[in-house]
Amino acid sequence: MITKRIIPCLDVKAGRVVKGVNFEGLSDVSSPVELGKYYSDNGADELVFYDITASSDGRRLFTDILTEVASKIFIPLTVGGGINSLDDFDRVLKCGADKVSVNSGAIKNPNLIEEAAKRYGDQCVVLSVDVKRVAGKFTVFAKGGRENTGIDALEWIKAGAERGAGEIVLNSIDTDGVKRGFDLEMLRAVSEIVSVPVIASGGAGKIDDFITLFRELPKVDAGLAASIFHFGEVKINELKEALYRNGIPTRRKI
Amino acid sequence: MIAIVDYGVGNLFSLASSLSAIGADAAVTGDSDVIRRAEKIILPGVGAFGDAKEKLFSSGLADALKEEARGGKPILGICLGMQLLFDKSYEYGEYEGLGLIEGEIRPISDVIPKDLKIPHIGWNALNFVGEKNEIFKYLSEGDFVYFVHSFYGASCPDVIATSEYGYPLTAAVARGNVYGCQFHPEKSGEVGLKILKAFAEL
Repeated sequence: MITKRIIPCLDVKAGRVVKGVNFEGLSDVSSPVELGKYYSDNGADELVFYDITASSDGRRLFTDILTEVASKIFIPLTVGGGINSLDDFDRVLKCGADKVSVNSGAIKNPNLIEEAAKRYGDQCVVLSVDVKRVAGKFTVFAKGGRENTGIDALEWIKAGAERGAGEIVLNSIDTDGVKRGFDLEMLRAVSEIVSVPVIASGGAGKIDDFITLFRELPKVDAGLAASIFHFGEVKINELKEALYRNGIPTRRKI
Repeated sequence: MIAIVDYGVGNLFSLASSLSAIGADAAVTGDSDVIRRAEKIILPGVGAFGDAKEKLFSSGLADALKEEARGGKPILGICLGMQLLFDKSYEYGEYEGLGLIEGEIRPISDVIPKDLKIPHIGWNALNFVGEKNEIFKYLSEGDFVYFVHSFYGASCPDVIATSEYGYPLTAAVARGNVYGCQFHPEKSGEVGLKILKAFAEL
């Protein structure tokens, strides 16, 4: 049986992990290599690196560090942030990324999904979508959730999967940071309209939130989170044990 | 030295890094002479069978691989590289493979329940078939490995492990010195490295 995936997401700026992290035994908590290895050793099923660099110099540092991570950590790596063209895909794939996540870049140019899927395969293209309810309708937001595009989220995601996105990361702006659980209503609506894997993001605050997610929505394939893992509020190995005890297929032996 | 066959299909960075991580001497090469001189061969690959097969045959690498494998040199195919070892594939057409493993490549949609997603993507457990193969000597039954595929090895008498996805899909094959993994050992954490180590030690 395929297991439900648990995916920590790391924000990287100019080659360093931002947002405070505090783990015992890590000599350098802002080293993407050390932190990535820590997660990998503790049972993370994949890693997502999000490049929040604004300058091209910083982007160069990011690709350097990505190469180092990919040469030392042997689980799937997804890279997102600032992906606007096939050249951007090429740049991060050459550094050892396995999948590339597009968000605002695909909103600006939806053909990017199609072109990338044709060149690198569907499995390589992850469509990440920031969604918020506006007047009761699921609406796509761009630029890190700051800009209302007015696009209907369900239509956008369905079209994205048809264009060749191999996975959908659904980030609910409404539940993001609230830590009271994933946005089950939004996730249900999305998982019913696409047949590609759906990764839930935004809202997890504790282990039970993941159990509820996979119990209520068996079609959801993975749970992604950032700060709760970074701050040790949820430990991945404990989360995996809890999933196992609750009968949810999970990879425990690593 | 282990030759990692470069025929323009897929990214070989992780594979080369993982062999370096286990201390194996490996080189990425598209040169038949280097492949003939190597002690072992790894045939990677992602993408479509037809396209990959065309590149492998037109470059002359297919002949080198077949001859070296028949001469007894250990060869490991990974993902599409495993599929290329088979007699035939029915991925968007009908193509002949290297013929080093008996069987044919068929869509998983033929055998898995309709409600399961395609591709089969993520971590799945290995179930050994028959006696534990030497390439799994550092593994235990139920160890998890990482898959991404929509086609599988069918009608194959040489299956050494399966993974359950509503159907026991071929996860690994072996026939003498010829080995194949449908999953990606270079993306399967410590378990994957242990498989590569066992291959390097053959």
